[in-house]
Amino acid sequence: MTLGKKKYLATFLKYAVLIIVGFIMVYPLLWMISATFKTNNEIFSGISLWVNDPTFSGYKNAFKSYGGDINIMTAMINTYKYVIPKVVFTIISATVTAYGFARFNFKGKSFLFAVMMSTLFLPQVVLNIPQYMMYSKMGWIDSKWYLPIIVPTLFAIDTYFVFMLIQFLRNIPKELEEAAEIDGCNVVQTLVKIIVPMLKPAIVSCALFQFMWSNNDFMGPLLYVKTPARYPAAIFVKLSMDGDVGFQWNRVLAISLISIIPSLIIFFLAQNSFVEGISAGSVKG
Amino acid sequence: MSASAVAGKDIKQPIKKRTFKKVCKDNAGFLFILPWLIGFIWFKLYPFGSSLIYSFSDQHLFNGVTKWGLMNYQDIFESTKIMRAFTVTFKYAFLTVPLKLVAALFIAYILNFKIKGVNLFRTAYYIPSILGGSVAIAVLWKALFKDDGLLNTLLGIFGINGIPWLSDPKYALFIICLLRVWQFGSAMVIFLAALKGVPQDLYEAASIDGAGKWRQFFSITVPMITPVIFYNLVTQLCQAFQEFNGPYIITNGGPRNSTTLISLLIYNSAFRAHEMGAASAMAWVMFIVIMIFTVISFLSQKYWVYYSDEDGR
Repeated sequence: MTLGKKKYLATFLKYAVLIIVGFIMVYPLLWMISATFKTNNEIFSGISLWVNDPTFSGYKNAFKSYGGDINIMTAMINTYKYVIPKVVFTIISATVTAYGFARFNFKGKSFLFAVMMSTLFLPQVVLNIPQYMMYSKMGWIDSKWYLPIIVPTLFAIDTYFVFMLIQFLRNIPKELEEAAEIDGCNVVQTLVKIIVPMLKPAIVSCALFQFMWSNNDFMGPLLYVKTPARYPAAIFVKLSMDGDVGFQWNRVLAISLISIIPSLIIFFLAQNSFVEGISAGSVKG
Repeated sequence: MSASAVAGKDIKQPIKKRTFKKVCKDNAGFLFILPWLIGFIWFKLYPFGSSLIYSFSDQHLFNGVTKWGLMNYQDIFESTKIMRAFTVTFKYAFLTVPLKLVAALFIAYILNFKIKGVNLFRTAYYIPSILGGSVAIAVLWKALFKDDGLLNTLLGIFGINGIPWLSDPKYALFIICLLRVWQFGSAMVIFLAALKGVPQDLYEAASIDGAGKWRQFFSITVPMITPVIFYNLVTQLCQAFQEFNGPYIITNGGPRNSTTLISLLIYNSAFRAHEMGAASAMAWVMFIVIMIFTVISFLSQKYWVYYSDEDGR
């Protein structure tokens, strides 16, 4: 009897903690959504999600251009001008590199592998300044094609993804590749026809993470995009907040919300891939 | 003796053939990693080296170098402003990382019981870490914690006077920390995967021996997942030392420099004042600090991280 009661209480506590903490976690996001429909007078007058006097003025103003050059829609388009190439180039270059490291032996491989792994711990903070100097000499700053943001991904520069794919490849048996080799497939055909289909879940995870991270990236565009007409959403959101503090929070929050809608959609469509990717790629715990 | 020699001769032929094929394959492997190697030299090694060189000069973005020496490093240790930024960075990292990991482990531990709707909870906890790095969330944070923001409105309902969360140096850093702590979801997912891997029979054995839940947690769960705790610790620490977005967007280093992390100072001196040399020196000191902590973590592994014999899985 008491044991049963104790168990019941423990279960109750577990759910209570999960629900309360979860509520605190999610509430700001829900509030943000509701605030975009509130009038500016109402936003900070209470904490409820209920909208007394629904208005679309926040959204209407959000689409107004800022300084004549840019509005949230062009900012979003600008964002995807580099996010999409980044994602595509990253998965291609990371897959090729991971394949090279995981399936071949060559002179200096273990040394190069160690070098690659050590770059996982190389903080970006020491690289920003010289990279900026280098891009500036190459005339890449404020490039129309976002070169400093995109080009490095052609070279598997985000080691994390290479590492994640290698971890995955290690768990894939080599028999199929050996069979393909006997059947006369060359290494490139093996990569395209055997490795890529088997690695697909891992590649999808890489693509998703790169998508999110590139969307969220603030430092890159802050350093390398100077012309207002080319600003991506990250910079645009920051500017609209700086320009508006204290006045039009429904507009600022509407702009912010619009900027994360694609990420939210992708997240809900592909939740499980995220979870699998993060637990498989990190470490084999 | 002679038999093995004969056998050796016999296999020699096919081996030679295979070696030729192997050579091709070896080069193929190198060709596959070549793009990465080029990228590594171009975007990492070369900048890494040149940043060290800049740090010993007064390199200016436009004016170039006029003198060389240790002056940048000297300035760092003489400037109270810079030393303060280091202190603030340490405070930030050592507040954020433990809180985040404890929250992540705690929630993961609860979720690991047979919880109904585990996926729903996991989603709720995970969303902040997916979106949290974005500028949009930093904006939201400001709306929550500004002087007449949501939190103070809530406190007002209970008749508590608003607290100037972001404009009082006492609280501002903590609010910036909280933004990262709130994003404990990804660490939690990693913990959850690890917890699932702890063999159930260990718990059964322990409960037969009369160990309570707490005892089981500290004597079985924690030791079994130390590799993952270690991984999370290193990655989070490395990230926390470099935090930029939160303080830059929400407080811009203020009030009274209480949230000026070193990365902000580096940014300001490099990209506002264009003093690339001085900023590089700061970046290098920061780099060395991060390295020291990474190395300490790695060296300390043998005292507290438990790797099972089977290939560390």
